[in-house]
Amino acid sequence: MSLQASRRRRQTLFRHVVVGVIGLFFALPMVAMLEFTTRAPGGGRSLDTWATLLDVGAVERDYPELMTGLIASAGLAVLTVAIMLLLLVPTMTWVRLRLPGLRRTVEFICLLPLTIPAIVLVVGLAPVYAWVTYFFGESSVWLCFAYVVLVLPYAYRALDAGLSAIDVRTLAEAARSLGASWFTVMWRVILPNIRTAVLLSAFLSVALVLGEFTIASLLNRDNLQVAINLLGKRDASISIAVSFAALLVAFLVLFAMSFVGNGRRARRSKES
Amino acid sequence: MNRSSHRRVGAAAVVAATLVGIAACSPPSKTAGDSGASGGTADKAGTATSAADVGGMDALVAAAKKEGTLNVIALPPDWANYGEVIKAFQAKYGLKVDSAQPDASSADEITAAKNLKGQSKAPDVFDLSSAVATANTSMFAPYKSAKFGEVPANLKDPNGTWVNDYGGFMSIGYDAKLPAVTTVSDLLKPQFKGKVALNGDPTKAGAGFSGVVMAAIAQGGSPDDISKGVDFFSQLKAAGNFLPVDPTPATIESGQTPVVIDWDYLNVAQGAKLKGKVDWKTVVPPNAAVGGYYVQAINKDAPHPAAARLWQEFLYSDEGQNLWLKGGARPVREEAMVKAGTIDKAAHDALPTTEGAPVVLTQAQTDKAAEYLKVNWAKAIG
Amino acid sequence: MADPTLPATAAAPGRSTSRGPTGALLGVLPFFGYTAIFLVTPTLVVVVGAFLDGSNQPTLGNISALTQPQVVSAFVNSVILSAVTAVLGAVFGGLLSYAVATGRPGGLLRRVMTAVCGVLAQFGGVTLAFAFVATVGLQGFVTIWLQKVGIDMDGSTWLFEPTRGLVLVYTYFQIPLMLIVFLPAVDGLRSQWREAAETLGGSTWDYWRHVAGPILAPSFIGALLLLFTNAFSAYATAAALVSQGSPIIPLQIGGALSSEVLLGQENVGKAMALGMVVIVAVVMTLYAVLERRTTRWLGR
Repeated sequence: MSLQASRRRRQTLFRHVVVGVIGLFFALPMVAMLEFTTRAPGGGRSLDTWATLLDVGAVERDYPELMTGLIASAGLAVLTVAIMLLLLVPTMTWVRLRLPGLRRTVEFICLLPLTIPAIVLVVGLAPVYAWVTYFFGESSVWLCFAYVVLVLPYAYRALDAGLSAIDVRTLAEAARSLGASWFTVMWRVILPNIRTAVLLSAFLSVALVLGEFTIASLLNRDNLQVAINLLGKRDASISIAVSFAALLVAFLVLFAMSFVGNGRRARRSKES
Repeated sequence: MNRSSHRRVGAAAVVAATLVGIAACSPPSKTAGDSGASGGTADKAGTATSAADVGGMDALVAAAKKEGTLNVIALPPDWANYGEVIKAFQAKYGLKVDSAQPDASSADEITAAKNLKGQSKAPDVFDLSSAVATANTSMFAPYKSAKFGEVPANLKDPNGTWVNDYGGFMSIGYDAKLPAVTTVSDLLKPQFKGKVALNGDPTKAGAGFSGVVMAAIAQGGSPDDISKGVDFFSQLKAAGNFLPVDPTPATIESGQTPVVIDWDYLNVAQGAKLKGKVDWKTVVPPNAAVGGYYVQAINKDAPHPAAARLWQEFLYSDEGQNLWLKGGARPVREEAMVKAGTIDKAAHDALPTTEGAPVVLTQAQTDKAAEYLKVNWAKAIG
Repeated sequence: MADPTLPATAAAPGRSTSRGPTGALLGVLPFFGYTAIFLVTPTLVVVVGAFLDGSNQPTLGNISALTQPQVVSAFVNSVILSAVTAVLGAVFGGLLSYAVATGRPGGLLRRVMTAVCGVLAQFGGVTLAFAFVATVGLQGFVTIWLQKVGIDMDGSTWLFEPTRGLVLVYTYFQIPLMLIVFLPAVDGLRSQWREAAETLGGSTWDYWRHVAGPILAPSFIGALLLLFTNAFSAYATAAALVSQGSPIIPLQIGGALSSEVLLGQENVGKAMALGMVVIVAVVMTLYAVLERRTTRWLGR
């Protein structure tokens, strides 16, 4: 008992120190951004920039592109996460179970989007998107196809870590031997066990979509970051304030997402 | 197992080749119908070389209104007062102006036109540096606006394929809190430690390139030999005065880049915008007035051809030219307008003073300088 | 245990039942089809473009352009920068992952940290560059505060050098990324294993060296690979911070594609991108070798 207690105390100290130091490192640039947005013309502090930003009516009137960009990005986030999960989870599970020889290929393909900078990838995506525009139209929402590809490296790594932590083969065989269909295996056996990994891969996807600028800009489509960039051309203080606000909104979205389906897990680990 | 893996590789190769083949072809053009065209006027606008070809100015305005939108690219609002130019155009003709990629370079504009060919978001008009314009004339549609004749002959293509639009001189913009800057060598003083930024890498951006040329001429070099300019920046780096940061309105306002070498109209615009926050001064070094014009052109495959041509008419009208002047840029019809008395006197007098003859590099000198920079710039400031 | 309801594929592979190899391939068809269209095709367009010149004729000129000294040094700088920030990010991010994992599972710390890291992992570009200059640049508030306390940062432009300042800035998004991709693995460590090690008389060091370390090693190395590649291709942040001289390869590519001074270099840019793919392929091979060694004992 005392061994456990002393270990727990050490862990708590470790946790506080590590989170404190790294948290400070994360916070400093944020403070710098806030500091710039609250500068008053003659020195001293002023909340004018934030007041302008929070006047939603004025924002809608003066910066309509911010609204369209926000809506486009929201739609993109939902579509990207959906397509990514539909593509990756079944494929990775299937490869682990039945096609282990393909694992390296899938891994390389999932790393490929990250090896090529977005500015070059767009050169290759442009002809593909000419066809996408032909079939689907010109809405920014169809950028989701490119975004799923951009998200693959991160989502693959998170899901792989989650799948490595559970014994996929045994779970699947046990379920199959009890008569479950493949769909049931995926949905009711594998998925609940990789909940953290799925959630984190969704996190990364949402954050990526909300922060993506290069591909949307080079294909002349609207999204949140393109709108922020355009906004920033008019007023430096507002652009930094909007970027900070976008980070805050993304944080709140992810924080809310962390409550999805986490209740059961907390109860389960108390037992173990 | 071996045979099936061979078959797999073969199948993959065939699929890959097919995909690249499909990607190389463009989809069937669907856009013929959706540029608000009803046969007649749109076709006319697509090949019109002057307003007369469409049936006169009023017919052009009507055709543009039918198209409803103009796509522009690479026009930041504080660059030569484009913000006001766009607003005025929108207000005057009731068209919506879609301004994309304000940070794009001239080469990016051409790339966007190629990438988005046939789509309704492709750029209609270009505002390019001379080098990029002369290299891509096959992409432009010739057009002579009403005032085409008043543009000096050496500043336009005789067929109207491209026309210079506005220009300026390379300048040094600085925060008045620093010691006054009168020549380029002043920047080597210790008070400027970690404060001097250049707008763009000279091997990538026209403004950066001209900045090095300005330094070269100020330090005793010539348009044929810019090595003294590269040496100057090398000294600047060695003294610790050179900041490799990309200067933006945010960095200027926050004091991160207190000295910026950039076009005079850009520095003047910053000064106007930051009145009350930062006292930003602009100075063109004496006997080193390096000038450069930008070039206007119409996309041959513009999705909104009538609007594109109307935009050119507007830009070269007195109103358009004076709006550019208000932003500190020298409009191409400056001479003619001064003679006719239609120039905005107040704005004209407020332009930064220049001493000495303006220096404009020829294409051959530009190419030579570019080659020199390609080999020596990274070494000099690395 | 000859259970008749066990699927036939539990037996020897290669037997062509209806669930044989071809059937299994069907399961991965959607993935390969999708990536073929949206990933492989663009990559092929770039790769093929690397071997064409301005008038679409085949040439090796772009590849030989890669041997210029500034391009070679850009590749070297990029590899070093990516490797260093990958290791730093992996180490500190790994520590952070463990710290967060030892907290309460549904607790506030975990939720906040994962949300913060999710956001910061993708934070970059002009805003990040601005924020860092405003923090530790020459007029940054930390620099000024340190000067007041007596520590002079020498007023040098260290922040803008690829091997010093850029390392710090890149670590800012590498650490959060590490947390996000490594946390699921750390979560997989059962507390029973810790207790079992203690019951057998093992110390903390023994636990880490013989139990947790080997279990976490494959995921750790995989995360390292991701972090390396992430830093390797990062462009926007470096473009804002080090806009002069293109010391790393993504900046060289940006210059080749969008320069308005040196025209006609687009295909050289594509050749540089091909070079990047080759380097990552080499790194992936190293990773595969390492991974095989660390998972040998797992027998999977």
